[in-house]
Amino acid sequence: MNAPVNQGTVRRDSPPRLDVVRLRQDFPILYQTVHGKPLVYLDNAATSQKPRSVIETETRYYGEINANVHRGVHTLSQRATDAFEAARDTVRRFINAARHEEIVFVRGTTEAINLVAASFGQRLQPGDEILITEMEHHSNIVPWQLLCERSGAVLRVAPIDDTGELKLDEFARLLSPATRLVAVTQLSNALGTVNPVRQLIELAHAAGAVVLVDGAQAVAHRPVDVQALDCDFYAFSGHKLYGPTGIGVLYGKGALLESMPPYQGGGDMIRQVSFAGTTYNDLPYKFEAGTPNIAGAIGLGAAIDYLNTLGLPVVAAHEQALLAAATAQAMQIPGLRLIGTARDKASILAFTLEGVHPHDVGTILDLEGVAVRAGHHCAMPVMAHFGLPATVRASFALYNTAEEVDVLMHAIRKAREVFG
Amino acid sequence: MSDLRDLYQELIVDHYRRPHNFGPLAGANRHAEGFNPLCGDHLSLSLKVVDGVIEDACFEGAGCAISTASASLMTDALKGKTEAEAEALFAVFHALVTAEDATSAEAPLGKLAVLAGVREFPTRVKCATLAWHTLLAALHQSDQPVSTE
Repeated sequence: MNAPVNQGTVRRDSPPRLDVVRLRQDFPILYQTVHGKPLVYLDNAATSQKPRSVIETETRYYGEINANVHRGVHTLSQRATDAFEAARDTVRRFINAARHEEIVFVRGTTEAINLVAASFGQRLQPGDEILITEMEHHSNIVPWQLLCERSGAVLRVAPIDDTGELKLDEFARLLSPATRLVAVTQLSNALGTVNPVRQLIELAHAAGAVVLVDGAQAVAHRPVDVQALDCDFYAFSGHKLYGPTGIGVLYGKGALLESMPPYQGGGDMIRQVSFAGTTYNDLPYKFEAGTPNIAGAIGLGAAIDYLNTLGLPVVAAHEQALLAAATAQAMQIPGLRLIGTARDKASILAFTLEGVHPHDVGTILDLEGVAVRAGHHCAMPVMAHFGLPATVRASFALYNTAEEVDVLMHAIRKAREVFG
Repeated sequence: MSDLRDLYQELIVDHYRRPHNFGPLAGANRHAEGFNPLCGDHLSLSLKVVDGVIEDACFEGAGCAISTASASLMTDALKGKTEAEAEALFAVFHALVTAEDATSAEAPLGKLAVLAGVREFPTRVKCATLAWHTLLAALHQSDQPVSTE
């Protein structure tokens, strides 16, 4: 089976490298100590740190051009609107959407998925099916469970194997003419598994289903082209992409978004309101009720600009090298068990340590200055699959270094020593 | 500054690896469940109370070193105490692990004082108090599972 791995993104004749020492200076938060040790931030799958350009963009917005968008005739309102819409276009180019109006600003991935569940979901009927996978984040499970309760639709779950890979044959088997919607992550936040989404989308489309891709994790680690993927919806958050919290994106194919009812009612999403009835605004505003997170959107645009100057394929190659080094070193530690050993992985190293609870590992690592996540990672079904209450998760970003991987491994060995 | 061994003292590690009073309790007449949804810890506490006195206490479940050691030490400490004494102990223990003033009464707590280091780790206080909140639920015969959130 041909998984669409990103072959050929790194040219052999001129291997591009990140100048990590220099670019770390772009991230002011990294220059601090925790418990007297230099901060080693490896909780990037939870949220990434922000480059100075993003922080300054938000500050400049509030200091110089703050005004409400799409409403005023005055100069500041026009400037704010221009900056906000320019950010939308930056997002459009970043994921190669065909049209400006296919980019809907939302609070984050969770709201994007809830928007689709609430709006597209209105066409679901009893007996219809929604197909997800066992490795989904709770935010790509619970909105569909709620929708099933409302509509009488049935939730189907494609299982994973013990390496954390999706069982493709089972996924294909669960597709049927009853499948109305498939919602699948591109990159598992708990396991690091990269799903062959292009292939999954093809299978789902063949069955007549609409596909939503949860790109919350993937978008910072792999170039995304929504037209090449041919996904119907693509959801992601700004804050895992070096941008601000509280801003995210729902991409939807124009014709599909056009056919969907509004999500929330309020200002900006209307064309005309009277007590006899209301007509709705054009895309994307139909789905953007209320004053949006203007500063956040512009900050997200700045984050994408920053990533573009480095080049996402170069960033991805750097992170793959860190992951490979960390994986090799981790396997040398007695009692360490990797959770998630899929063939195609990105950015995430999840593990357990024999005789040491993940929560205690997290605290001991924190005392060494190393920030990781310990817990169920909002993916309790994944934990259930592996029979674990929790794991420890280190997750890498563009500013992490090989030296930081060494610090992580030293700290893990220390945890082993404490619990002897 | 907090040191590793301030939190993970030998006694805590010992009680984590070999918890006391771990398992089912024959003749138990009080029972409560405790959950920490943030980390997935689950604790089930059983008491045998006769004439207002806790004759025996046992716990089961899966948790981190802090929550397991706390439950182990707590069940040791409860034996022979009246219900009123157990509630009073809850208050003293709670103060021990949450008080900003490090000079709070540690003496009457005996071995439980080993958990005082938790107060330097606000994210771990819930681990240390899970067993104790479950104790209150058991004493009050609450049917509702206890949650730290």
